[in-house]
Amino acid sequence: MEINISTAGEVTVVEITGEIEASAAAQIQEKVLALIKPSLKLLMDMTEVKFMSSAGLRLLLLLYRQVTGQGGQMVLVGLSEEIQDTMSATGFLSFFTIQNTVDAGLGMLNQ
Amino acid sequence: MMEQRIDVHPTHEYQGYKLRPGRPMPFGATLVPGGVNFSIYSSYATACTLVLFEKGAPQPMIEIPFPSEFRIGNVYAMVVFGLDYENTEYGYRMDGPYNPREGHRFDKTKILLDPYAKAIGGRDVWGQTPNWDDIYQHRARLVYDDFDWESDHPLETPIEDLIIYEMHVRSFTRHPSSHAKHPGTFAAMRDKIPYLKELGVNCVELLPVYEFDEFENSRWNPITNQMSYQYWGYGTVGFFAPKAGFAATGKLGMQVDEFKALIKELHRNEIEVMLDVVFNHTAEGNENGPYISFRGIDNKVYYMLTPEGYYFNFSGTGNTLNCNNPVVRNMVLDCLRYWASEYHIDGFRFDLAAILGRDQNGAPLANPPLLENLAADPILAKCKLIAEAWDAGGLYQVGSFPAYGRWAEWNGKFRDAMRRFLKGDEGMVGEVAQRVQGSPDLYAGRGPTASINFFTAHDGFTLNDLVSYNEKHNEANGENNNDGANDNNSWNCGWEGPTDDPWINALRRRQMKNAVTMLIASQGVPMILMGDEVARTQSGNNNTYCHDNELNWFDWTQVETNAEQLRFFKNCFAFRRAHPVLRSRTHFRNQDYVGSGYADISWHGLKAWEADWSKDSRLLAFLLCGKHAKGGTANDDYIYVAMNMHWESQWLELPRLPAGMQWHVAINTGVPCPEDIWEPGSEPLLSDQSSFLIGDRSVIMLVGR
Repeated sequence: MEINISTAGEVTVVEITGEIEASAAAQIQEKVLALIKPSLKLLMDMTEVKFMSSAGLRLLLLLYRQVTGQGGQMVLVGLSEEIQDTMSATGFLSFFTIQNTVDAGLGMLNQ
Repeated sequence: MMEQRIDVHPTHEYQGYKLRPGRPMPFGATLVPGGVNFSIYSSYATACTLVLFEKGAPQPMIEIPFPSEFRIGNVYAMVVFGLDYENTEYGYRMDGPYNPREGHRFDKTKILLDPYAKAIGGRDVWGQTPNWDDIYQHRARLVYDDFDWESDHPLETPIEDLIIYEMHVRSFTRHPSSHAKHPGTFAAMRDKIPYLKELGVNCVELLPVYEFDEFENSRWNPITNQMSYQYWGYGTVGFFAPKAGFAATGKLGMQVDEFKALIKELHRNEIEVMLDVVFNHTAEGNENGPYISFRGIDNKVYYMLTPEGYYFNFSGTGNTLNCNNPVVRNMVLDCLRYWASEYHIDGFRFDLAAILGRDQNGAPLANPPLLENLAADPILAKCKLIAEAWDAGGLYQVGSFPAYGRWAEWNGKFRDAMRRFLKGDEGMVGEVAQRVQGSPDLYAGRGPTASINFFTAHDGFTLNDLVSYNEKHNEANGENNNDGANDNNSWNCGWEGPTDDPWINALRRRQMKNAVTMLIASQGVPMILMGDEVARTQSGNNNTYCHDNELNWFDWTQVETNAEQLRFFKNCFAFRRAHPVLRSRTHFRNQDYVGSGYADISWHGLKAWEADWSKDSRLLAFLLCGKHAKGGTANDDYIYVAMNMHWESQWLELPRLPAGMQWHVAINTGVPCPEDIWEPGSEPLLSDQSSFLIGDRSVIMLVGR
């Protein structure tokens, strides 16, 4: 699993590649929590995420809570159909703002 | 508060695994900082070993004996550090005496499932053939128990306001016509919530959703040319785990979240969730059955045994759980508290509940500690507790189940009496008068809310089959039609099974409408069987426990083909919801106690104010005075119900209403759709206010306002 952090204007983009299970989730959590500041605009690019476990679902919700708790916004981009399906079935999907592409995500955050 | 606890560091090591003595509470496997706390108890074991597997692996990765200092009383507790929560399965070996006569069957060669397992692997996808060589078939897993319920909580809908829909999770959406993305699952059921909401039911009672083995007693069935399964689920493997095979995400191990998400959404739509719980037996069978869990952990404690050490069989399935043993009592309590608090379950229906009132030798108790505990428990205090108040050992307790002021019962006498009345039996009007009042003959002092009224349930005919068959036809079960009840009190309306005869089919439709009308007109709590609202048929099979096919699956095309039936049911439920006089918590006094000039209930026949109680009578009518609604605390319309189960139409003299009020017709099963039922508020005024021609085998409901 790889984490790539960059910026696009005001938006912090976190790109994840690979599988997110418990230990990967812990690593991502550590890295991303360090970035959180008030009114953060965060784009999680999940296009290259092949698989997400329960730990991964919880990680996303935790990050979402931290970001929005400090007045920021978070968008999930590029979730595969399978992962969206899983998130829907387990009741996790409805918490999030979802976009299909990074450009659409950036557009939404930059409004 | 300190960030870090002072008791989360290892104190022992075993073959590279770091350990420390665990804490007995809570029982089961609990995630703690850095590790997992495992806790299991056994009264008679002499030693215990924790067995850990990588998920799905054929052999364990390590077996860790509990050191003697890791035991408090009879509880073995250990924390193991550094485990991958999502990739670990665990089990136990218990050592102890093997002396069946004394009740002990310890076998340390078996790996046993934790009774408190919160999730179980091994049957992750329904119907997928297991690896029969697996040394550990049903494998306990670890769960994240955090779930964001947001503001969800049990609904606490007053029981008298419930309309219960008894259903099987898989059957509901497995049929291809459901167009579900994941047929037969919790997730698919969530997508059908709008259907349930529109139908107007506000409570779903789910056939067993805890982990059971569909392959228990499974066999190839040459009659159906398919596998026969343990389909209904009355054979528990794990009391604390939702069935993975009922989850779309079961193969990912996310069944806990998926089931909770379903409950949250049902609650958001004001639909309660009740679980059918099976504490009377387990899937381990008798001495010839497999070692899954209890047999190897504490056989003498968990099972009712004969003096020779054989298994009592009050359940008819091979074994009987020893529910009034103090240890087992606690487990049952822990289990129900777990579902109520962690899953926000609104109520429980106890299968073969008479067993819960038997002592450890099988004798019925006057004051069963378990039932008393459940009735008084603080966490369960607002849960509905419903007993199927009989068992397979001859203990029939409808009306006498130890209730402690809390328990309700499946009223088998309502079912039997109303079925007999429906088919035109003589001599029934006296008993019918009791049943429509919420059975005061059985439940005086408890109120109608003790009575769960039903014509149909999963055991027995569907409503359609009740009016289409005189005899059961269970040949497809492969038991020579010997299984299933014989006392169905059904009537085929003139032909056995499907027919083209329009008169017979019209009568069958009318009889089904008669049944549901009488059901919602009765005090007590109405329950229907999934599919009755679209005239679902099981082709006369009254015991479809083993069929994973169209016999059990809800066919969504019938929503269109039987739209008339669905419309009728919807409007019946809407009528009941609109009229509090039908939903009283207290029994009628058959008196005027508010000064309206009318008794709370009065009885009528062909002539107003004069019912015919004779043996030949097949017609009964009653009038509910709206001013007596809810024990005189609410105001409602006056409601007149007439039930004519005679083969001829009759002229009824209608009772006179108070000045200023007039009769409107809400339901008349004797006329064709769309005039058979009217939406509440749109009921047409009767042109003739003093008499009414009620059709043969028809039921009418009039509203006076």
